[in-house]
Amino acid sequence: MNSPALFIQENKEVQTNLLSGAEAVLKCLLEEGVETIFGYPGGAIMPIYDQLFQYQDRLKHILVRHEQGAAHAAQGFARVSGKTGVCFATSGPGATNLITGIADAMIDSTPIVCITGQVYSPLLGTDAFQETDVVGISMPVTKWNYQVTRAEEIPFALARAFYIANTGRPGPVLIDITKDAQFESFHFSYEKCVRIRSYQPYPQLDESKSDEAADLINNSKKPFFLVGQGVILSQAKKELIELAEKADIPMAATLLGLSAVPTDHPLYVGYLGMHGNYAPNLLTNECDVLIAVGMRFDDRVTGDLERYAKQAKVIHIDIDPSEIDKNVKTDVALVSDAKVALKSLIRKVNRNEHTSWLSEFQKLKAIENETLGGSIDGRLKMGEVIRELSAQTNGEAIIVTDVGQHQMVTSQHYQFKNPRQHVTSGGLGTMGFALPASIGARMGQEEKEVIAIIGDGGFQMTIQELGTISQCGIHVKILVLNNHFLGMVRQWQELFFDGRYASTEMVNPDFQLIIKGYGIKSMKVTSREELNSKMKEFLNHKGSIMLEAEVEKEENVFPMVPAGASVSEIRLK
Amino acid sequence: MMEKQFTLSVLTEDRAGLINHVTIIFARRKMNVESLNVSTSEVKGMSRFTIVITTTREKIDKVCGQIRKLVDVLGAFVYEEDEIFYQEIALYKVPTKVFLNGQNIESLVRNNGARILVVEEDHIIIEKTGHKQDTHDLYKKLAPFGLLEFIRSGRVAISKSKRRTEAYIKELEESESNSLSIKDY
Repeated sequence: MNSPALFIQENKEVQTNLLSGAEAVLKCLLEEGVETIFGYPGGAIMPIYDQLFQYQDRLKHILVRHEQGAAHAAQGFARVSGKTGVCFATSGPGATNLITGIADAMIDSTPIVCITGQVYSPLLGTDAFQETDVVGISMPVTKWNYQVTRAEEIPFALARAFYIANTGRPGPVLIDITKDAQFESFHFSYEKCVRIRSYQPYPQLDESKSDEAADLINNSKKPFFLVGQGVILSQAKKELIELAEKADIPMAATLLGLSAVPTDHPLYVGYLGMHGNYAPNLLTNECDVLIAVGMRFDDRVTGDLERYAKQAKVIHIDIDPSEIDKNVKTDVALVSDAKVALKSLIRKVNRNEHTSWLSEFQKLKAIENETLGGSIDGRLKMGEVIRELSAQTNGEAIIVTDVGQHQMVTSQHYQFKNPRQHVTSGGLGTMGFALPASIGARMGQEEKEVIAIIGDGGFQMTIQELGTISQCGIHVKILVLNNHFLGMVRQWQELFFDGRYASTEMVNPDFQLIIKGYGIKSMKVTSREELNSKMKEFLNHKGSIMLEAEVEKEENVFPMVPAGASVSEIRLK
Repeated sequence: MMEKQFTLSVLTEDRAGLINHVTIIFARRKMNVESLNVSTSEVKGMSRFTIVITTTREKIDKVCGQIRKLVDVLGAFVYEEDEIFYQEIALYKVPTKVFLNGQNIESLVRNNGARILVVEEDHIIIEKTGHKQDTHDLYKKLAPFGLLEFIRSGRVAISKSKRRTEAYIKELEESESNSLSIKDY
């Protein structure tokens, strides 16, 4: 304790540290290196917004048009930058509107911190105006959440929030702050969180397990790498490629693993899963050692688990111990950061060649190309639009996709070059993700062009974010593949429900007029002949712009592993 | 796979809302918890959950992994019956007049390892500690006397393991798993 004399002497300094809870929130964000916030104000978070007015020079706030947009924008920001995305929302409906984005971030392991205002603490539990139990509601979809009712808890809560969100397997954190805690003054000091005894985000690699894994790989004739987002999160591209090249192992990527390995790498054999490539799906059931890195054997990747890679020894590298044996029984588990595990394996794995095994991929790739390639006639196809985009951007743009056919087509055709270049809603499959996420992706980095690729259905789920793009002058390019259908559902109806198109046909507004209303430039392409020139014009435009491609109305996406089928039953038509 | 009764012992930080965190993990999988006990533990600021559930080994291991993953959970351990000592407590309320009518309820209580807790004008309360079967047996024996109320607690269990909680916590506190260190091989 300070003596009274000392206290008087230090009084000035003490006074400067006396902050309101609201200001403390902003100070904490600055301490964590935050520069951008996506949010929407409202009653219970007004004290924080009031302080934000004073911090405008240091904290940039992007006013979205719907809180779901704030969460997705924070995700887009996090996915391209690797930093934690931050969003603000008010209590009640503001908070509940965040939930879809939070759930999306949870299932796709994206680090975001959501700060919600809450009613005055004496009103908690009284059904006060705009009161909702957001801590309760968000519990199953957050990595951690906490309700602050006293200002002095704010530094503790936010320090933990940032530590938890972006360590180990990343995920969303929600901090709910009552309005009285925002008003209350306290002596502010901040200390970053570096340890929580009940949270062990980086399990130490067991070297004996990595010996076992190396043994399996060294004795394997047909090894096969499955590459997930974990490779991107742990920045292990170099290590993965080094190991794959040393032991001559083909690599295939999951949806979220796309861009972890350059698409044109000689050992890269394609995209996995329901609409993945022919060879990697079929040969999953031919390999003898399956090495899964930072992926979670989602059902869209595995198809029927009873008929999935039963012939193979499975090595699973994952930082999250609860993923081991969750879906696929593992022979050797390396519970560790992917980079650490791969580095260890590089040392232990022998140089090798698997020429005939690799040629099996080539043979099947030729069959896929022959069946699905061929001459294209009639209306524009989604694939050719994406191939044109890929060629003209040299595979270097940041691609943000929504959910549906256009997403799968993009995954199949865009030639990714670098990690963190592909942003999509994978696990949750959230339509409406792309437009707001592209805003975040633009704010998260400035060097690369950001292109949101969206279907006509998903576009209309968060179309209001055009207002955000327009007001904040955010440069994103929007490519809408318009087939006037909820295409993926229509495809299932055609293939599995005898063509009964229940509520999948869309009578759309004139997107050109809507875009015009937001003051954003718009273009339309309807024919193959003008695709090249229109795409060029679209990409050369400085500033935000939309290109609407009128594509074939009833095109199906192939290859396809029907739901519940084995990966061996992949269909080319 | 065969279903079995498992006892899950979960060590957590003592924090509001954590019961909800733990129980929704079962609810999400539509697993019915047979009993749940939460109490303070021998370490300050730490709680211990004892959860009893009948399911398969595979399911309980997965659920345990999910519980262990919760940020405020220090540890979660799955036990089968022979790996723990456990007890439940049951309370029985019977009318006092039965007792006064010369029925041999007093010897019944004594012979069943139970004890009389309270004698009131209109009722007496009997306590019995044991496994579910034991407390159930006494329930059956007391029922003919006009049982007014019966209640049984959740299971509390202590593992036979030699692990010391304090040492385990110390290990966690000193673990290197809090931050990433990329080994340079």
